[in-house]
Amino acid sequence: MSKLAFPSWAVWLMALGFAGFIALVVLSIRQNKGIKRSLFAYPYGLWIVIFTIIPLFLIGYYAFTDKTGAFTLDNFKNFWDSNYDMHKQLAEMGHNPADLGITRGLVNVDTLIYSLWMAFLCTLICLGLGYPAALFMADRNFKLGSTLVILFIIPMWMNFLLRTIAWMSLLEDNGLINSLLTGLGLPKMRLMYNSQAVLLGMVYNYLPFMVFPIYNSLNKQDNRLSEAAMDLGADEMVTFLRVTVPLSLPGVVSGITMVFMPSVTTFFIPRVLGGGNTEMFGDLIERTFLSADNWNLGSALSLIMMVLILLSLTLLRKVDPEGEGGSTI
Amino acid sequence: MMKKLFALLLVAVLALSAFGGLAEGVVNVYNWEDYIDEEVIALFEKETGIKVNYMRFTLNEDMMVQVRTSPTAFDVVFPSDYAIERMIAEDLIQPIDYSKVPNAGNILEWLMSPDYDKEHKFSIPYMWGTVGILYDTTKVAEPVDSWGALFDEQYKGEVFMLDSPRDALGVALKYLGYSVNSKDPVELKAATDLLIDQKNKGIVKAYQVDETKDKMVKGEAALAVVWSGDAQYAINLNPNLAYVVPKEGSNVWVDGMVIPKQAPNYDNALQFIDFLCRPDIAAMNTQYIEYSSPNAKAIELIGEEYTSNTNLNPSQETIDNCEFFHDNYDVKQLYDTFWGMVKNAK
Repeated sequence: MSKLAFPSWAVWLMALGFAGFIALVVLSIRQNKGIKRSLFAYPYGLWIVIFTIIPLFLIGYYAFTDKTGAFTLDNFKNFWDSNYDMHKQLAEMGHNPADLGITRGLVNVDTLIYSLWMAFLCTLICLGLGYPAALFMADRNFKLGSTLVILFIIPMWMNFLLRTIAWMSLLEDNGLINSLLTGLGLPKMRLMYNSQAVLLGMVYNYLPFMVFPIYNSLNKQDNRLSEAAMDLGADEMVTFLRVTVPLSLPGVVSGITMVFMPSVTTFFIPRVLGGGNTEMFGDLIERTFLSADNWNLGSALSLIMMVLILLSLTLLRKVDPEGEGGSTI
Repeated sequence: MMKKLFALLLVAVLALSAFGGLAEGVVNVYNWEDYIDEEVIALFEKETGIKVNYMRFTLNEDMMVQVRTSPTAFDVVFPSDYAIERMIAEDLIQPIDYSKVPNAGNILEWLMSPDYDKEHKFSIPYMWGTVGILYDTTKVAEPVDSWGALFDEQYKGEVFMLDSPRDALGVALKYLGYSVNSKDPVELKAATDLLIDQKNKGIVKAYQVDETKDKMVKGEAALAVVWSGDAQYAINLNPNLAYVVPKEGSNVWVDGMVIPKQAPNYDNALQFIDFLCRPDIAAMNTQYIEYSSPNAKAIELIGEEYTSNTNLNPSQETIDNCEFFHDNYDVKQLYDTFWGMVKNAK
């Protein structure tokens, strides 16, 4: 990726956009209307169009075309049967795929199911760990609460790639943990190169995205509500279950969304901590685009994943109709 | 991966400073990441007064996309053998005017007519090497001399494979007695089944590329498939490691220097290529990168240290037992689909 990383046309486009923005501001002042508020949305709108809307259309275009640019549904057939294109080529080469023992390929579908399952587990564990953590942090009587908040934030100052690589030097066969174990005369454990290590890496990376929305919704709750519940005869348990938890639901929904979405699309973590032994859907899309150089199939896979995420967001919206938790798009 | 990101950043910075690419006295060089002694660039600029715009890539495939989309951006590019073949087929590169590259005469004879560029018209070799097994002598029972060790159950959980369809399938193909350039679906399926079996038996510890050499130094695994240069790097840091090109044969590769069809500074490109072929400069690069040199005079200069090292300087017999990769564009889809089956076998 050389000069395309920042091509000159993009510079000109940005300059043009900026000039247009200035011109509109000047015009609006000249006409004595003052600066219209909506004008400030203009640069952001342009940004969205160039870097979100147009790429979305491109993904759609690639997903429904073949290498020559003609309309086709083959990319989706290839998702359902990962050997679909191979069957065609083998037939052209005069081989019978069945003789070679090649049947329907489940690579893409299986990878998607595995990714959804891993994302589900990751979200569940994050919720289990994150909710109590958020409760402690939001408790005004717990003095270490604000320290905990800082402890959660500090690691996020560092890039997630580096943090994941740091985990590698902890979990390796000759890593820090195993060195400690052997130092104590205990046998080594295989901590890395499996899906448990991948799950650990995901939970570690995404936990803050669960904790902070819940913390925010707990933090802004009026203490007098629980006091009132207690005055009216509810014990601590009932107060927690019937007042605190329901009021924190928007935060929970937001946390689930913010953990589930990046979890499904995770890549890199399986390669570093899982030793590339099990691909997740993000890895599959990356490999399809780069190594296999098949942008059409890669786009179709991306599109399928986007539709699935949209569906799950719609479901969440039913739980949180006001969209307080940010689950509305 | 980190290397890639770093390369991206560097390239982005360089690209911004490279706007004067058409000016006189400039040569736009596009080479692999970490593949030159930086001192050499400074020396070239000092001696010739030509400014070098140095850009880097990590994959042949990425590089070819760039040359296709910005054909006038580069003067000297460093593709591997099969990529040179592809670029000739796509008419992306132009013949080299040998009258302006007198130092090309230093190139080893067996590399003067490689089968990816038969008449030696488009490319001059820069570095070469083999693919083989790097193993930890404290962890293997007997000396390793066959690809079979990678499929031996006594090394369960102790093998690093290359995370790349051609290299991984190539190893299995060679072990089964086929060519690394096989296009026969029956042979490819057999190789795939072998790799799936190896994975299901738990022999593979990880599929990776850049991480392998440092992990082998630390003693993370017993056996690893590596390129000879990476092997030399690891052996220098951990004397318990040894490297072997298995007896079944392997892949021998060359990274060459080529000039894109629409290179804006053809003469400067020739001057740069000639400079890299100069014995003292080629020796500097070889000693820095620690891959094998195609330059006979440079090898003489380095002397005993190089010639006695069989990792860098394998016997002609070993070389003859190896094959170059060839362009496999027409069956690339089969390779990728088969590789997907291996990566997702459970």
